[in-house]
Amino acid sequence: MKHRSHFLQGIKHGTPIGLGYLSVSCAFGMSVCTSGFPVWVAGLISLTNLTSAGQFAGTSLMLQGAGYAEIALATLIINLRYFLMSLSLSQRLNPDFGTFRRLSAAHGVTDEIFAVAIGQPSLLSPAYMRGLILTPVIGWTAGTVLGGIFSQILPGIVVSAMNIALYAMFIAIIVPPAREHRPVLFVVLAATAVSLCFSYIPFFGFLSGGWSIIVIAVIVASLAAVLFPVGSGDADEHADETDADRDASGAETSCADNDMSEAGRMQEQPDTEEVRHE
Amino acid sequence: MNDPVYIAVCMIIMAGTTYLLRVTPLIIFRKKIRNRFVQSFLYYVPYAVLAAMTFPAIFTATGNTAASLIGTGAALVLAFFRRSLLTVALGAAAAAFIAGLVI
Repeated sequence: MKHRSHFLQGIKHGTPIGLGYLSVSCAFGMSVCTSGFPVWVAGLISLTNLTSAGQFAGTSLMLQGAGYAEIALATLIINLRYFLMSLSLSQRLNPDFGTFRRLSAAHGVTDEIFAVAIGQPSLLSPAYMRGLILTPVIGWTAGTVLGGIFSQILPGIVVSAMNIALYAMFIAIIVPPAREHRPVLFVVLAATAVSLCFSYIPFFGFLSGGWSIIVIAVIVASLAAVLFPVGSGDADEHADETDADRDASGAETSCADNDMSEAGRMQEQPDTEEVRHE
Repeated sequence: MNDPVYIAVCMIIMAGTTYLLRVTPLIIFRKKIRNRFVQSFLYYVPYAVLAAMTFPAIFTATGNTAASLIGTGAALVLAFFRRSLLTVALGAAAAAFIAGLVI
């Protein structure tokens, strides 16, 4: 009985996550299937990866015909955060978690599931985790397949326009947090600026798509981590205040209709920008 | 992209790498990482990756640069007003589609 109630509790907590995943993965399925992926491949990728940014990057690298090392390293770097989430989750599992149950629960460590699990007041039981992970997995996979099937019935002229959908989805992921957090805005603009340099300056021609993304991720995220450290501490509160202060003014406009020269300026002078607004 | 071996190997690489990252701490390590730099770095990585993947690739995504730019603009505006992922994706595609017909 105890197992059953824990399982149902998990289902209850996981269902909103699963519903949220359904629409996101529907967009994913639509865009990768119009780009040429078979529906079942897209569905299988969603089922076995259960990530957003990681599998989006992986599939778009596959579309470019990237090398295996590029795909492995890009996946590794983008999904490194799951390592940290599993680390802190491992301290919250109750003693019923044997090796086998740990092996199966590991697959369900996503940003949202982790956030809900870590917020529970008591230690986590295997039944609860099973329930919590079940609906998000179903939602993520089913949404991908539904989106993929839908994209198959679209006429060809619509399909070429749909190729922009995957990138539009990336924009939908990065713009809202960039509005609210200046450090994220900095990361987005800096990464964009460097990416444009790598693409349009012939000198960087030796960097293929996958490697340039890896280099950009490491450089820009390191720089941001030094300039704007996150976590429990003064800097975080300070960053939030700065965001709130600036919410009504420049950050919003510079985000929505910034052009690339804006991105370049931001990248060169993050410190002066920050100081000016304090 | 039409090589089944390539697709299969890529899928195994992606799923395997992701799963290993998730499972190792649960099975082997039982210690927390409190390093501020590492935490911050990991927080920022997805944003850097997605931005770098989007630009400049989105400008030529539909095969028609002008239509792609209009689609990009639509995506930025919709995302700025916090529309859902599906809305932004479909809105950008619709804008690019209509622009492609007109231009």
